[in-house]
Amino acid sequence: MAAAISRDDVRHIAGLARLGVPDDKLDTLVSELNGILAHMEVLQKVQSAGAAAEADALRTGMPLRLDEGPSVKLVRPISAIAPATRSPDGAPMPAVIDGFFLVPRLATHEDAGDES
Amino acid sequence: MSITYEMIVGLEVHVQLKTRTKAFCRCSTSFGDHPNTNTCPVCLALPGALPVLNARAVELAARAALALGLEVHERSVFARKNYFYPDLPKGYQISQFDRPLAERGTLAIGGGRSIGITRIHMEEDAGKSVHDRFAGFTAIDLNRAGVPLIEIVSEPEIRSSAEAGAYLRALKEILLYAEVSDCSMEEGSLRVDANVSARPVGEPSYRTRTEIKNLNSFSNVERALEIEYARHCAVHEAGGSIVQQTMLFDAHKNEVRGARSKEGSHDYRYFPEPDLPPLVLASAWIQGVRYGLPEFPAARRARYAASYSLGVADAEVLTASRAVGDYFEKVASAAGDPKAAANWVMGEVLASLNESGGDIGEFPVKAESLGELIALIRNGSLSNTAAKTVLATMLREGGTAATIAARDGRLQIGDDSALIAWIDEVWAEHPDESARFAGGERKLQGVLVGFVMKKSKGRADPKKVNQLLGARAGT
Amino acid sequence: MTATPEALLQSGAGAIAAAVREGKVRSRTVVEASFARAAEVDAGPSGLNCILSSDMNGSLQLVDSAPVGGALAGVPVVLKDNIATTMLSTSCGSKILEGYVSPYESTVARKLREAGAILVGKGNMDEFAMGSSTEFSAYGPARNPIDRSRVPGGSSGGSAASVAAGIVPIALGSETGGSVRQPAAFCGIVGVKPTYGRISRFGLVAFASSLDNIGVFGRTVDDAARAMEVVSGDDTANDATSAPLDAPGLRTDSRDLTGVVIGRPKEYFPASLPAAMQAHCDRALDALRARGAEIRDVSLPHTDLALPVYYIIAPAECSANLARFDGVRYGLRLEGEGLRGMYEATRSRGFGAEVTRRILLGTYVLSAGYYDAYYRKAMDVRALIARDFTDVWASGVHALFTPTTAAPAFTIGAISDPYEMYLCDLFTVSANLAEVPAMSIPIGRVGGLPVGGQVIAPRFGEQVMFRISYALESELGGAAHA
Repeated sequence: MAAAISRDDVRHIAGLARLGVPDDKLDTLVSELNGILAHMEVLQKVQSAGAAAEADALRTGMPLRLDEGPSVKLVRPISAIAPATRSPDGAPMPAVIDGFFLVPRLATHEDAGDES
Repeated sequence: MSITYEMIVGLEVHVQLKTRTKAFCRCSTSFGDHPNTNTCPVCLALPGALPVLNARAVELAARAALALGLEVHERSVFARKNYFYPDLPKGYQISQFDRPLAERGTLAIGGGRSIGITRIHMEEDAGKSVHDRFAGFTAIDLNRAGVPLIEIVSEPEIRSSAEAGAYLRALKEILLYAEVSDCSMEEGSLRVDANVSARPVGEPSYRTRTEIKNLNSFSNVERALEIEYARHCAVHEAGGSIVQQTMLFDAHKNEVRGARSKEGSHDYRYFPEPDLPPLVLASAWIQGVRYGLPEFPAARRARYAASYSLGVADAEVLTASRAVGDYFEKVASAAGDPKAAANWVMGEVLASLNESGGDIGEFPVKAESLGELIALIRNGSLSNTAAKTVLATMLREGGTAATIAARDGRLQIGDDSALIAWIDEVWAEHPDESARFAGGERKLQGVLVGFVMKKSKGRADPKKVNQLLGARAGT
Repeated sequence: MTATPEALLQSGAGAIAAAVREGKVRSRTVVEASFARAAEVDAGPSGLNCILSSDMNGSLQLVDSAPVGGALAGVPVVLKDNIATTMLSTSCGSKILEGYVSPYESTVARKLREAGAILVGKGNMDEFAMGSSTEFSAYGPARNPIDRSRVPGGSSGGSAASVAAGIVPIALGSETGGSVRQPAAFCGIVGVKPTYGRISRFGLVAFASSLDNIGVFGRTVDDAARAMEVVSGDDTANDATSAPLDAPGLRTDSRDLTGVVIGRPKEYFPASLPAAMQAHCDRALDALRARGAEIRDVSLPHTDLALPVYYIIAPAECSANLARFDGVRYGLRLEGEGLRGMYEATRSRGFGAEVTRRILLGTYVLSAGYYDAYYRKAMDVRALIARDFTDVWASGVHALFTPTTAAPAFTIGAISDPYEMYLCDLFTVSANLAEVPAMSIPIGRVGGLPVGGQVIAPRFGEQVMFRISYALESELGGAAHA
């Protein structure tokens, strides 16, 4: 099966998950995760191919809905739940202006969707 | 001897489906509203919100797939495509991966060529990012987040930029006919990503490809492909290798550049969407959608050529949109004369629409009414010229052809006794010309007809007058 | 001769609702009694800390606008802090949602409100429902009312404790691997996991979507039944995994189990099961026989695979479900270098260690190259575990009886190894994987601490499950708490 997780692996998956794990936590995580994964090894000995597909075939399909509103209404506006940020000159402000959510200026103009 | 290369192109087209509400929530899909006003807990990805699929989106997606000849699967599965971006509120997009809605179709692009379509799957759109509106920030509007899309993936069988353009035009035409989308690149309801590579002719395998994004018109797609293909060829010629990356087309500079480099390739960690059981479609339902499909342009053009004896050019004009073709056929049926109907629709109707900028749905004269007008010409009640005037009146005021023609005195007199009476008068008033005409000077026929027309204040049917006068000459 | 408010709180939801409907007691009085009890037991350094947010004025305003004739008229309730309510916080026991007040209401909160119940507090919980002790709450652990040096169980420990301490007769929790049944067992109350899809998940902050269930706590089987009847039911308009079935009628006067076949799965009675626990289970089985049930030995052969399967599937789904906590639209936002810095600062400081661990594990098992070996494999073995149950039902068994946990509540801080904590779910997790209903009811005390026995039924078999539980509760009587 899979080899043990390395420090680099943990750094990589922490990056994928945007978790910002500091380097000094990596070793603890490596040993904890490997400890947990060791318990999963037992699954490799089990003959199970196709079991999920077989069970799936018996499921009834998803319920659909009509193409009409109204959608669930919010009892308070998005500005009321938005987090706080700071304007460029440092003043605190809600992270919503003119109805837009604000995030730090993106460095690229890429089309939405392509980040690792 | 330098090697000849060939262009290998595959196109991924994202099309917004024309539903009233979003794919997974009941928010409106309407375009251009104030930011984040068409949002709800689901498309805002608030904690605890869940997706519920829009039946109409499924219907339109199935319709598109059947229109393009794909096989619609009775069971398909939604999947999460995981990545972080501020216009993707859940941190994943609900899409389809292993088991898409439909597979294996083809699209005829003209010149006897057909391009395979690998698959069509359903997914949701992301929101919009606006970069330069507020200093130091990117602004996010989630009105578009959750709008239903289909992604149409072609086989890499396109071999030139012209074919790519033809593919896109044929695709758009079919999707418009099927009424599944507005298909407007300008408005963003149709988006194209182009994959391109180059290989020496005869080489069996594909070489590394690059993906071009940020294309906003069909002609830009063609242009960008040419530019990027040339780069691929140059790299191969120089013995180098292409790095797989995403490229962006800059329309102003007419350049294709690499997007800022990323750390490694994408790992979307697809897995089946646990909030949505499999989509199960009864085969009877799929058949129903198939039967509800309209006649598509190619079939319609063939039928017009066969049944109405219309030429290729005329058939193209009349099938440019489904609505124009529908209109034409109703006119032809009401008029009893397809050729005349074609001429009138292509001429007067489309000219008027060009001027007004409207589309056939807004044309004030109903097809049946135009048909009646043409029928009046056929039975001699109206001359062509008079008919045009009547049509202009109908456009301005409404009303039917017969009523207006009668009211405004446009009806031709085709009644023999009335015509004979006038001819007799003219014969009597112009003895000299009449005698010479009767004696054999055929060229005087026109003059005499002219006198009759003047007597009748232009309302005499000139064809009939000619006939009757001709009879007088004994010819 | 009306009961005092405190006594009324103890008498259960059915009695309270009847009294309020008949005008014998004012709903306001009951709610005030609830707040008084909370003030007695919840706050302070050795307080239970089972309620994360409450607002007496807000709750009294709810009293004014509550419908009068409802099934739970005037009944004060606590909802676990991961269930969206428009009043009070929905912080999920996490810093990343500190102070977050949901702008929409979950289906279950709406149903309770429409039945006349009054929200008096949000229950403390392990962060994002990941844990078995409520020690992983970012707001401090909750304590077991029976013995305050011990955990109330988790992740729904706050809700369980609030019922056990007499603050409310009914509370809602959530279950992904046993987070209602295990705290119910630790606190000596009834805890119910429904069939997956029986209760709408709309408004339940997702941890593992294919395993999450809203669950119900009550001091008695009858109160749990009342709550289940109110919160269950078709919500396919908002939750595509909701079963299109009406809420089941679960209350019954029958205490007779003649003709009922109850299975005793051998995998849940290993030699390592502590003798005291074994003894209480044996007594419970005798009680079931006394009511006419036939007890049969059965086997669920894939039981020992349940924890590994669970600890692949749950983290995988949670890694995606928690991606929305990015600081953009709500919750905590911390600045960093650019957008990515913001994501990482927010998520590294906002999530605790267990949540971080599970997101990492989940991301790993889904990542390229590992998906087939881990996630796909786990889904296949999950189907085998589910098949174990359907095979047993097909053999003529109507329900199963097992211990809920191997041992009673442990002391706060006793368990530090992650996998050892996961072992708390050993007997509960299979029911989540198989999507079957299961409920824990008190069956005795070990060393003065409550322990629970678990009744497991087929999918949508809540009626037989409750019938058995009513009978068992009745037959055991006071012995269940001795």
